[in-house]
Amino acid sequence: MALLEINELSIQFGGLRAVDDFHLTVEKGDLYGMIGPNGAGKTTVFNLLTGEYKPNEGVIRLDGRDITGLSPAEINRAGVARTFQNIRLFRQQSVLDNVKIGLHNRFRYSTAAAILRLPSYFRTEREMDEEAMKLLSVFGLEGEADTISANLPYGKQRKLEIARAMATGPKLLLLDEPAAGMNPNETQELMEDISYVRKNFDMTVLLIEHDMKLVAGICEKLTVLNFGRILAEGDTKTVLQDPEVIKAYLGE
Amino acid sequence: MKNSRGTMTKVSRDNLGTIIMLAVVFAAVSAARAAGLVNSHIDGLLVPICVYAIMAVSLNLVVGILGELSIGHAGFMCIGAFASAFFSKLTAESMGAFPRFLIAILIGGAVAGFFGFLIGIPVLRLNGDYLAIVTLAFGEIIKNLINVFYVGRDSRGLHFSIEGQMALGLEPDGEMIINGAQGITGTPFDSTFTVGFILLMISVIVVLNLTNSREGRAIMSIRDNRIAAGSVGIPVTRYKMLAFTISAVIAGFAGALYAHNLASLIATPARFGYNMSILFLVFVVLGGIGSTRGAIIAAVVLTLIPELLRFLSNYRMLIYSIILIVMMIVNWNPTSRAWIRRHITGRFRRGTGAGEEG
Repeated sequence: MALLEINELSIQFGGLRAVDDFHLTVEKGDLYGMIGPNGAGKTTVFNLLTGEYKPNEGVIRLDGRDITGLSPAEINRAGVARTFQNIRLFRQQSVLDNVKIGLHNRFRYSTAAAILRLPSYFRTEREMDEEAMKLLSVFGLEGEADTISANLPYGKQRKLEIARAMATGPKLLLLDEPAAGMNPNETQELMEDISYVRKNFDMTVLLIEHDMKLVAGICEKLTVLNFGRILAEGDTKTVLQDPEVIKAYLGE
Repeated sequence: MKNSRGTMTKVSRDNLGTIIMLAVVFAAVSAARAAGLVNSHIDGLLVPICVYAIMAVSLNLVVGILGELSIGHAGFMCIGAFASAFFSKLTAESMGAFPRFLIAILIGGAVAGFFGFLIGIPVLRLNGDYLAIVTLAFGEIIKNLINVFYVGRDSRGLHFSIEGQMALGLEPDGEMIINGAQGITGTPFDSTFTVGFILLMISVIVVLNLTNSREGRAIMSIRDNRIAAGSVGIPVTRYKMLAFTISAVIAGFAGALYAHNLASLIATPARFGYNMSILFLVFVVLGGIGSTRGAIIAAVVLTLIPELLRFLSNYRMLIYSIILIVMMIVNWNPTSRAWIRRHITGRFRRGTGAGEEG
């Protein structure tokens, strides 16, 4: 059984069919890419997948469970975590607290324990700190734990967003243009981080990207969207040589 | 790991600073009263100051920490005031002063909290301006509803009406408990400065400890970015509800304290109307949105100023509004903030960077 199965997914905004009869199968452990010109509907697919939008038609299954129409929080708890194209950090909070908010559903103590400062508060907070620091060190952010996240340089903000998504303990990680606005060095680092996370956390990754170097470098399979419909899908190499894809997206 | 523990102690130190500040002020004022240095005019203001400080703490939880604009908070205070005064009036003869007041305060908090929860169900699905408009309407509705409540007691038990005193059909020896627009008269004077201080302290500790916890971070994540909060699995509506309800409970405590300091409790616009809700909002905004300590200081200063300016008679409110404007400018201007940090707060605090709690 595939980890993620999307069938006949469609959504309409007024007269515009932003996503039309979309399907996708992501196997466990895949590093899957989604590409396409601006406005092709890639981010809309992510928003449908994470419950931000409700589809007009179609079914989304995660690990065999139907998650269509659930709320974003429910879908996250089912095992889907994401980053955003225009970074959405908790800007006023420290880097550490951003990740600890990601850990919210994995650690628990009662409201009373928090207000009365019972031992379970201190114990759980310490465990959360340790877990968060572990994740931060994966992304080389352990030195900035106390920095207010809005003050991080751009590249690190993107990494922090991935760390925060990972903190929720997902089965599937969705990255929406993770390399947007990064310089070649940062992109290189990011590619290494993604490969590292995938190997060491056994993660399945679905990403949207415009940086062809990154896509060709790490994605094994691709789906190409154009005007809300699938233009091509399959092995990265085969897809990138498809004349239709070259014409629509890469330029002749 | 040193880093993260460093953060914890910084926030804890800040919070501890707020609590020590309150304790020192309380001790100083108590000593001054014992020494007879406080004139009766200021003495009479001590309980109202506690009431307003508690309201500032309560509203700061919704506006500063949850990030939703509520302009009907006087409504929750009104509910707490009437619920607790109703109880005290009923049991005035049958219970000792201490247990009666304790239970009255708890009832005030519980009833206000219950209404906070009830009203939160539809209201918290709204955002921004819409939420503000509905809370505004709620505050007005509560005030007007209470003005048409008639409750009386005689040997046959309690009677209730919304038509008038006559409709109750009381026996000749019956007594009115809530008399419509005349409200509740003869509530026992149980509120003291000490009780007010204890309630303020409890409110502060609850809000600070909640803020600096797993659920508090969830609440602040909604303020910072609602969509991102949902994407990491935070049940947004549930945490809005939690913050709103706790805030209503605290406002109910303030109401109980307020009611037991008055000879007659009437739901007038001056006491529980829109202007009061706005005044509480002014405390929060001038105190620096999100800062519990700032909200308390603003509440105390802004309650004292009009009284201290009484000698200016007609020019009083003019000067008051000028002070408000100056405070606003000084509070938000980067240059003046930097100056304050360098010359005033810097002397007490070694850490750099502005802490969020406090």
